[in-house]
Order: sequence, then structure tokens, then C-alpha cells
Amino acid sequence: MRRVASALVMITCALWLTAGAAGDPADRLADPAREARARDLFREVRCLVCQNESIDDSEAELASDLRRIVRQQVAAGRTDAEVRSFLVARYGKFVLLKPPFDAGTALLWLTPFGVVAGAGLLLWRRRGGGGTDPAVPLSAEEEARLRQLET
Amino acid sequence: MIAELGAFALVLALVLSAAQSALSFSARWKHDAALRGAGEGAALAAFAAVAIAFASLMTAFVTSDFSVANVANNSHTDKPLLYKVAAVWGSHEGSMLLWDLALTGFGAAVVLAGRRLPPGLKALTVGVQGLLGLVFIAYTAFASNPFVRLAHPPVEGASLNPILQDPFLAIHPPFLYSGYVGFSVVFSLCVAVLIEGRVDTAFARWVRPWALAAWSLLTIGITLGSFWAYYELGWGGWWFWDPVENASFMPWLVGAALLHSSIVTEKRGALAGWTVFLGLAAFSFSMLGAFLVRSGILTSVHAFAVDPKRGAILLGILALAAGSALSLFAWRAPLLKAGGLFAPISREGALVINNLFLATAALTVMAGTLYPLIYQAATGQPLSVGAPWFNLTFAPLMTAVLILLPAGTLLSWKRADARGAVERLWAAGLLALATGIGVFALQNAKGAFAAIGIALGVWLIAGAVTELAVRIRLFRVPLKEVVNRLTGLPRGAFGMTLAHIGVGVFVLGACVETGWRVEAAQALKLGDQVQVGAYSLSLTDVTQAEGPNYSAERATVRIKGPQGDSVLYPERRFYPANRQTVSQVAIETHGPSDLYVVFGERREGTDPSWLIRAYWNPWARMIFGGPLLMALGGLVSLSDRRLRMAAGAKARAAAAGARA
Repeated sequence: MRRVASALVMITCALWLTAGAAGDPADRLADPAREARARDLFREVRCLVCQNESIDDSEAELASDLRRIVRQQVAAGRTDAEVRSFLVARYGKFVLLKPPFDAGTALLWLTPFGVVAGAGLLLWRRRGGGGTDPAVPLSAEEEARLRQLET
Repeated sequence: MIAELGAFALVLALVLSAAQSALSFSARWKHDAALRGAGEGAALAAFAAVAIAFASLMTAFVTSDFSVANVANNSHTDKPLLYKVAAVWGSHEGSMLLWDLALTGFGAAVVLAGRRLPPGLKALTVGVQGLLGLVFIAYTAFASNPFVRLAHPPVEGASLNPILQDPFLAIHPPFLYSGYVGFSVVFSLCVAVLIEGRVDTAFARWVRPWALAAWSLLTIGITLGSFWAYYELGWGGWWFWDPVENASFMPWLVGAALLHSSIVTEKRGALAGWTVFLGLAAFSFSMLGAFLVRSGILTSVHAFAVDPKRGAILLGILALAAGSALSLFAWRAPLLKAGGLFAPISREGALVINNLFLATAALTVMAGTLYPLIYQAATGQPLSVGAPWFNLTFAPLMTAVLILLPAGTLLSWKRADARGAVERLWAAGLLALATGIGVFALQNAKGAFAAIGIALGVWLIAGAVTELAVRIRLFRVPLKEVVNRLTGLPRGAFGMTLAHIGVGVFVLGACVETGWRVEAAQALKLGDQVQVGAYSLSLTDVTQAEGPNYSAERATVRIKGPQGDSVLYPERRFYPANRQTVSQVAIETHGPSDLYVVFGERREGTDPSWLIRAYWNPWARMIFGGPLLMALGGLVSLSDRRLRMAAGAKARAAAAGARA
């Protein structure tokens, strides 16, 4: 039974994969600026039933429903933030491919820059480390010896 | 009979790996050359045994022996020969056998190519490699055996997922796996060094060729996979920040960091501990990748042979191997003495910055890939971390390091003159700035992003060329001396130039494709037209076509463009064995750019129409050409090293001759 189920999932997924992006041209918004905004939003919204695709890429039925919802919202004059919070209220945070910055995702957002800054600071503190450090001047003895060698 | 031979050879390989390990470790313990030779013999034999097992499985696939469960599940008599062969590694079991083949193959390569390694270090390396072989072959034999027979063999097989039936996909796993597993040699060598407790510059000289080979193969594998996604998944995307892609990208980034840090260790004896750490990390990330890909713990567009139960075992192997190696590192690393000192502004300093950013980039990819798992475990809620997050975090990190790249290559060792490097780069910088500003002024409202990307790409290519010109003192000394200097340059110098140009080519391709891509989608009746970019496409005919194991609806799309007329035939193929329909994209290349046409489903009506999607993907080929240049650069550097090793051996032989 499991095998049959997984085969069915594979088949449906493959069907979606083959079809590609952007949905039916007939659904497009008349205003090109709004359509462009909607397209940008599509790339941030996950097709919830697909393997790992945005609704811009997926041809699943749910993706086309979500595209319709986003277009309706954009056409109704909602801002991007309002559209996102509408989707989150309906489907949960999972629907956004770009997770919102909050207590639960702060660690995720701060990791890349935190690591670079932290490790960079550590390296800066430990820079040089003596020996060949060009800033260390020669001692008087060394100066004398150097002059001796030069003559 | 052939399946039993394969199963027997696999178990034999398991025993031989155990012997390889035990003999080699005791050889190091007792300083016994005979034991060492026996261990090396066992390593060669283990490779031969896995090769026999692999050949047996391949024979079963080629002859369509459906009494073998793996063949019955993944093959079909109608399939073309190439895909019968490729189906060997199309399943979980087969891909693990390929992994074992690469693992023992690299073990044998260490035995054969590592003649100049100190005997003790070599014995330990072969021993650790044997342990890795033991663990993975045991996994294959007991948890993922591809030779299991069926009591009631079916008359026909279930065939391979049709979107996997593609020449690029067929050949990309061997490259990918050779890359993944190539890092195992580096891993074994680093563990051996930690056991010995001694790192010298010679260690870096041995690590580098293996790291170069693995990294170059991995680059080719990732590029082929990405190219496949580009034309097979049917919407022209080439990188999705998908867990399976990230799984291969993490060892790639760590490998790139390792290549650079090992230069510092080799040339200046510094960063030895860090190089060893990266050596352990690279293969650990390879194993993490195998676990992520095969366990299906993360949802992915590319997940094809997935089994959660066996994923847990793979996680155990990862924890065991990486955990024990890193513990060993924590214990022994303080013994590795710090090498040559250097000022912050120096070649070493630049390579440290390179490593800082590449390692952080790998960590970033790991964070983005694994965070949803952690978040769900902690809160019970699912979370998505997709392309927009990676674009906001990974891209700035990479941009920063790429801006610094050309300057870094011009700094001298130990203590450098930053001003001198900047002065040499003024022409490259000016060219990049002018291009960027020019593009920004000319382009449509797509934003400044693409202009910055193009400036960066030009900066990288011009910087790499400048570095080469400085080396050969172009325009500063007579032409004859320039030619002498050019021919006298080590191949490694050309390798570096090629690889860095490759980075620039990739950046240019990626930015132009993203910024200036044109797409059109329209339902067309016969005779209708659609415009995409400078091309006008008309659907003139739809016919039936028969393939070896599919039947297709084939569209005839006539194209009128600035360079004249042409015809493309995109298809929708139906594979009856899988009951799946797959779109076959038609692509017309125009220099580095692609005209990409997808034939969609039929719309019924009084007059039937078909959804046609067309994309103009400018400079898309450079996205794949750039990484291939990087891999080529790696291979060129690798050939340099081998040459030098041979030269060293010759010099020693001459010296020995002189003494005699």
C-alpha cells in the first residue's frame, strides 16, 4: 500500500514538474506593475503540497489557487506585507519561503553575519602575533649592528 | 547466479576492508613493512571485490534480470541501454554501491599513488580508509543490499522514473560521488596526521592533490546536475536552494576553503590545524549530504530514492565517523605546532579572509538547510527556509569575498604592500566600474542589482587576467622575456587564473540570466504566434512520435529571429511503464544564450490549443561554463603537482646516481 501511495505521489509530482511556471496566462492582472508585484510575491510563497517549490515554479492545483489568491489580494490594493500576513494567518508560517524575523528565527537570520563578525573580530584580535610584525622597531643594539653591517 | 556472485563479492569486500584496516594499523604499531604491504594488498583487493559486485549489478541491469528486486523496481526491458546502465545508481541500494566503489577506489589510489608518503603515515591513512570502507560496505550489505532476489520475479520491471532518463542525469552521479568520496582520502590523511600528532608542510603537499581532484569532480557533478535541472524540470531554473542541492554545495564550499588553506600550510607552514579541521569537515559534510539526500528527512524536488528507516543508520554512521574524528581533533590538535607568522595584509591574510567567508558560507547553507528541522522539533510548527532567505544571506557574504578576491591574488607572502596591489588593479577596477555604470544607465527598470553583479563579474575576470599579466610582467619587459616567463609559469598559476576567471564567468551568467530573462506563456492554436524577446514563435504542427519506451506528442515550433528562421520540436513524452508524462524541452543556443521552449498540455475546445511557454535566457550557458572552467582550473593545477612530484623523484634519482 505504501509503495502504491508513494508511486502516486511521484507521478503527481512528476506531472507538476513537467509543466513549469507562472500558471495560466489568462489569469494575469491587467496592470503590469501589479502583475510584477504579484510575481515577486509568488517567489516568496511555498506551494504547500509540493516537494520544495514556490508557487511561481509549481503547476500543482494548490499553487494555482494560491496564485489566484495573491493576485486577488494585490488587485484589491493590499500591500506586500498585508498579503504575507493574510497567507500566514491562513496557512501558517510554513507558507513563506523567507521566514519572518522573530524570536524563533532570530538565530537563523543572525547566524551568517554573526559568524563572520565574531570570527573576524577574533582574527583581528589575534593578528600579527609578534615575530615578523613590521610595527616592532629595531632595538638600539640591532640598529648599531645593522649600521656596522652596512659599512 | 550473477546476483549471488555480486552479493558474495560485496561480503568479501567487507572482510577485506576489515583486514585492510587491521593489518595497516598493526603495521604502524609494529613498524612492520610486511604487514603494511599486506594491508595495502587488502585495500587493492577490496576495490577489486567491490568492482566485481558493481559489475555484477550492472550485468543484472543490462540483461534485465528481474529476479533481482532492485532491477525489477528500477528497470524495464524497453529502456535504452544507457539508462539500463544508469539505473544501476538510480536507486538507493545501487547508489550506495557506487559510493562503496568510489570509497575503495580512492583507497586503492592512495596505495598506488601515495608511494612517497612516509610509511607510517601511509599505513594509518590506508587503515582509516579501510574503516570507512568497512562501515559503508557493511551498511550496503546488511541494510541496503542491491542483490536481494525475488521469490516470484515479475515478467516486466517497474522502470526508472522518466525524468531520470536523461544522458546528463545518467552520468552526473559518478562525478558527484567521486567528488563526495574523494574527500574521504583527505579525511583519512587528516585522521592519520592527528594520530601521528605531527603536521609539516609535506602534509599539505599530499592533501592538496586529493582535495583538488575531489573538488574538481564535485564541481563537475554539481554543474551537470544543475544543467539537468535547467532543461529537464522545464522552467529554466538552475539552482533552487533545495536541500539536495545544498547537500552537495556544503562539501563544495568547505572543499574550496580547504584548497586555499592548504596552500598556506604548504607554502608557509601556517594554519596547519585549520587545514586538518577543514579536511575532516569536507568529508563529514559529504556524509551529511548522503544522509540528507537518502533519508528524505527534508522535502526536496530532487528526492528520488528515499528511505527514512535507513536514513537513521546513515545518521549513525555520520555521527560515529565525524564525531570520533572531531574528538580526535580536539584532543590532538594542540600538538600541531603553529607555523610561519604573517602580517594581516599579506597573501596569508587574504587567504584567511577567503576561508573565513567560505567557511561561513558553508555554515550558512547548513543553517538554512537544517533550521526547519530544528525549528519543528522545538516548536512543533513547520518552517520554510527557501531561496529568498539564501539570496539575502549567502549572496552578500559571497559578494564581499569576491570583491576582495583579485586583490588577494596580488598580495605577496608574509607582508604585502596593499597599495601596490591596488595600483596594479586600477585598470581592472575602472573597467568593472565603467561596465557597471554603463549597464545601470542603459538597462530597464530591473534595478541596480544586475549592474552590480555584472561589474563584479568583469572585476573578477579582469582581476584574474591582471594577476597573470603582472606575473609575466606584460608591457614591462621585452616580449621575448614575457613569452619566456609565460612558458616558465607553473601549471598551478594557470589553474588559479582559469578557476578565478570561471568564477567571474559564472557571476556574469547568473546575473545576466536573472536580470534580463524574458518569458512568455500562451495557449496557442495551430498557426498562432507568441513573441519572446527578439523571437517570434509560431506553432505550426503537432504530431505523434514514437520513442524506444515512450510515445510523444511533438510540436513543430517555427522561429523567426534576428539571425534567421529555424524550427524547434519540443515534446511531451508519455512513458507507459511508469504512466508518467514528461516534457522534453527544446533549446536553441545563440552563443551563450538560450531560447528555451516548453510544450505544455492540450486544452480541449472547439479548436484545440496547447500551452506554449518560451523563455529567452541570456548568457545562461555561462552559468554552467563558469563552474566547468573552475573544475578545469583544478585539474590543471592537479597536473602541475603530479609533474612536480615526478620531477622531484627524477631529481632524487639523479642525486642518488651522482652519489653512487
